[in-house]
Order: sequence, then structure tokens, then C-alpha cells
Amino acid sequence: MNETILQVNHLSKSFGDHEVLRDVDFSVSRGEVISIIGASGSGKSTLLRCMNLLEKPSSGEILFHNENIQRPGFDLQTYRGRVGMVFQQFNLFSNMTALENCVVGQMKVLKRSRVQAQNIAMAFLEKVGMSAYVKAKPRQLSGGQKQRVAIARALAMNPEALLFDEPTSALDPEMVGEVLSVMKDLASTGLTMLVVTHEMGFARDVSDRVVFMDGGVIVESDVPEVVFTRPKHPRTREFLARILDQ
Amino acid sequence: MPNAKSGFFEWVFFFVKTYGPMFLKGAGTTLLIALTGTLVGFIIGLAVGYVRAIPCEKGDGAVKYWLLKLVRTLLGVYIEVFRSTPMIVQSMVIFYGASSVLHINLPYLLAGFIIVSINTGAYLSEIVRGGIQSVDPGQMEAGLAIGMTYGQTMLNVVLPQAIRNILPALGNEFVVNIKDTSVLNVISVTELYFVSKSAAGTYFKYFEVFFITSVIYFVMTFTVTRFLRWLERKMDGPQNYAMHGSQTVPDVELIRKGGAASE
Ligand SMILES: Nc1ncnc2c1ncn2[C@@H]1O[C@H](COP(=O)(O)OP(=O)(O)OP(=O)(O)O)[C@@H](O)[C@H]1O
Ligand SMILES: [Mg+2]
Repeated sequence: MNETILQVNHLSKSFGDHEVLRDVDFSVSRGEVISIIGASGSGKSTLLRCMNLLEKPSSGEILFHNENIQRPGFDLQTYRGRVGMVFQQFNLFSNMTALENCVVGQMKVLKRSRVQAQNIAMAFLEKVGMSAYVKAKPRQLSGGQKQRVAIARALAMNPEALLFDEPTSALDPEMVGEVLSVMKDLASTGLTMLVVTHEMGFARDVSDRVVFMDGGVIVESDVPEVVFTRPKHPRTREFLARILDQ
Repeated sequence: MPNAKSGFFEWVFFFVKTYGPMFLKGAGTTLLIALTGTLVGFIIGLAVGYVRAIPCEKGDGAVKYWLLKLVRTLLGVYIEVFRSTPMIVQSMVIFYGASSVLHINLPYLLAGFIIVSINTGAYLSEIVRGGIQSVDPGQMEAGLAIGMTYGQTMLNVVLPQAIRNILPALGNEFVVNIKDTSVLNVISVTELYFVSKSAAGTYFKYFEVFFITSVIYFVMTFTVTRFLRWLERKMDGPQNYAMHGSQTVPDVELIRKGGAASE
């Protein structure tokens, strides 16, 4: 087993009275590709957002290389570069070109020079097949193209792990493939990935482990083969029956 | 000089000929105060709007929380007071307040700059705050998520978009200021209205003079409005992205090309 990069212990999160995550424990090893599946409202996004501290956990701890990311003095900026995030709505900086989107974080957070940052950005834009669009503004790009730039932006920060929150859910069906293929490539390069997804094909074929969440808890977590063919928990079975039926 | 029997146009011609340079100088002063006031007011508005948009939670530490609350209350008072009183009254209070309470005799022009700036700042603070709130929160999240600080994301991502959104309101404020600097005549700033009043008073020819004055105000505001529209369009740039100079490649082909490059 590879070294553990991220460890979540007894994580809970409430919005007011509404307990969205309940005592969640799980860990991520280097190079692992984990798919998180579950019904709408089960807390998948909240879990991802807590891991990146976009959402403040109500209790519990998150360890990055055994270091508590909420400890006072923890370098959150560097951490967020190391554990990047890709959003459902892409969230490309609308006032910047594709290239600038991939450059600004490198310069501000990693203090790379503009030239160095641009070279690195170009390399990753090439990798996601967007090198012809370096000067395009987000509104000039299709959804699939935006998401590929967003992935390049996260990669340019030299991350150890990437968190994907439904990266293809906002896309027209014909654009899902181009983004999934980029993600498959990344998975094969050994990048650690945590992917919230409704793409059961991706979860089954690409991930090393599938985590099923329901009602704010992790119900089942196993290799895809087990989760998809002989799930232990009736709730997993129900969910899969419902979703695979469609 | 025209006499009592002279007609309207003779007088207008006379005033243009003899007072032309003075009118122009007055108009120049009006433009200068309006422009400076709008720009300084905009900077005030950005600063105040920025502070008022900082998220403020009790969990952030008591000192920061209460300090922020105090500063915000003071800024709120500033905005309310200046939006709820006429600029003509503000002019009197600031100008005579400076001389009788602080014993500072403000030069007229400087007083004009200060009054218009502070007044404009109050209006623009609210507009800037609205502009910041109109930017998709996803933009801030994306900045934070790659490790940029709140301030870095604000400066590099959110504010540029907010400013683009409020540009029409900013231009409007400039046009309003061109007109409203006329109230500064009550503290003897020699802007266009003050010059006109003096010229008209000398000959008791108010209609003729203020006819010329209206034309000058109209030309200034009309020109500025057109210029700002042009600027907005220019800033938006083209809607479509032309790859390698070709404009008609269908999108599907672009995607395929993109896909091929990644393999
Ligand atoms: N900022 C918030 N304030 C209040 N409630 C929230 C907030 N964010 C999420 N919630 C609630 O938390 C619950 C879990 O939300 P979450 O977005 O994590 O679900 P999800 O599993 O990602 O669902 P989906 O598949 O629809 O994205 C939902 O009931 C949601 O309404
Ligand atoms: Mg979600």
C-alpha cells in the first residue's frame, strides 16, 4: 500500500441545524483514483469542499501528510495548490485568457516568474488539447473546452492530488467524452484523484476505489468490481439499481 | 456693444465674442473638477466597497471581527450622510466648516475637488459593493482553491470584473458631476456656472448667457457619454475566438483538433 496523503478523521459538517456530514472517516493514498458516488444532497460536494477548506468542518480533522490542515499557522495557500480543485461550473476567471488562467496562480502562490509560469501553462494546455486556444477568453469557449482549461489550471500548480466535483455534469453530452478522456490520461499518469461523479462508466473502469455516500455518511467503500457487482449494503444496491436503470 | 433694442442673437454673439475665453476656461474648470472628483471618488468607492464586501464571521477572531464592524459602521454613516444631503449644502458645510472650525482657508478649486470627490465616493461605494456582489462567487472560490489569498483573488479576478460591470454607472456619475459641479458656485469656484452668472449679472442678460451655457454643458455631457459608450464596446472585444486567423472553422472540428493534440 502506498503512503497516505490525505486522512479524514471523524469529519462532521452542519449548516445550521442541518447535519450534512456525519463522522466521516477515510483516507487517500498516493496515486489512488477514488470515485465518490451517491444521490443528490448526500454530502459529496461538502466533503470535497471541506477537504479544500472552502467549507469549514464543524468537527473532526483533515490531515495532509499527517499534518492537520486546520492547525494555526498551517500554510493553507500552498496546501491548496498541492490539493487542487476542479468545479462543476468550471469557474474559469472570466476576465482572463485561457493562458492567464493557468499563469496567475503560479505567479501569486508559487512565485514563479511570468516566463516560467507561461511555459508550464503552455505545456499543460497542450496536454489537455487546448494549446490552440491560449488567447481565448472563457466566454469564447465551449463547456468541454472550459473544463479542460480548468484542469490545466489546477495541474499547473503542480498538485499531488486533484479534487473533481462533478466535472462533467454541466456539459452537453457530446462534450463529456473529451473531458473524461483527459481525466483518464491523468489517472494513468499516477496522479491522485478524488472524483465526485455520476459517470458510472468512469467510476467502474478508471477508479481504484468507489465510495458510496448516503445521508452524510460513507456507506460503502471498495474496489469498483465489488461495489458494482456485489455491493454489501442494501442502500448501495438501491442507488445503483436506480441510476443504472436510467 | 449691443444696446437695449438689440435682438437675442446680437447679444449671444456679443457674449460669445467677448466672454468666449472665459466661458471656455469655466468649462475647463468644470471638466477638471468633474473628472478629478469622479476618479478620486472612484478610488474612495473601491476602497470602501472592498472593505464593506469582506466576509466577516464571528469565528475569525474577536479583534478582527469588532474592528471590521466598527470601520464598517463608520463607512456606513459616511455613505448615508453624503447620500442624504444635497451637495450644495455639503459644499457650504465643508468650506465654511474648514475655515471656522479648523481655521483652514481652502483654496476654492481644492475645496471643489474635495467636495465632489467625497460626495462621489459615497455614491460609488454602494455601486462598487453591488458590482462586487454581482460577480459569480465561483470566481472567488476558484481563486482560493488554487491557493490565492482573498486579497489576491479580489484584486486580480473579482475587482476587474466588478469594475467592468459598473463602468456604465461610473460614466453616468461623471456626467452627473459635470452638471452638478455648478453648485460649487456658492463657494465661488470659477466653474462654468459661476462664470456665466458673473457675465449675465454685468449686463442683466440672463437668458442670452444661460442659453450659451446650456449649449456648452450639453456639448460636454453629450461628447463624454458617446465616448464612454465607445470605450465600453471596445473593452468588451470580439464575441468569437478566431483561431489562427480563420473565422469559420466549425466548432466540432476545433474539438477534434483539440482532442487529437492530447494524444
Ligand atoms: N452553503 C450551504 N448552506 C446550507 N446548506 C447547504 C450548503 N451547502 C450544501 N448544503 C446542503 O447540504 C446537503 C448536501 O449538499 P452537497 O452539495 O454536499 O450534496 P451533493 O452530494 O454534492 O449533491 P449533488 O449531487 O446535488 O451535488 C444538501 O442538503 C444541501 O442543501
Ligand atoms: Mg454536489
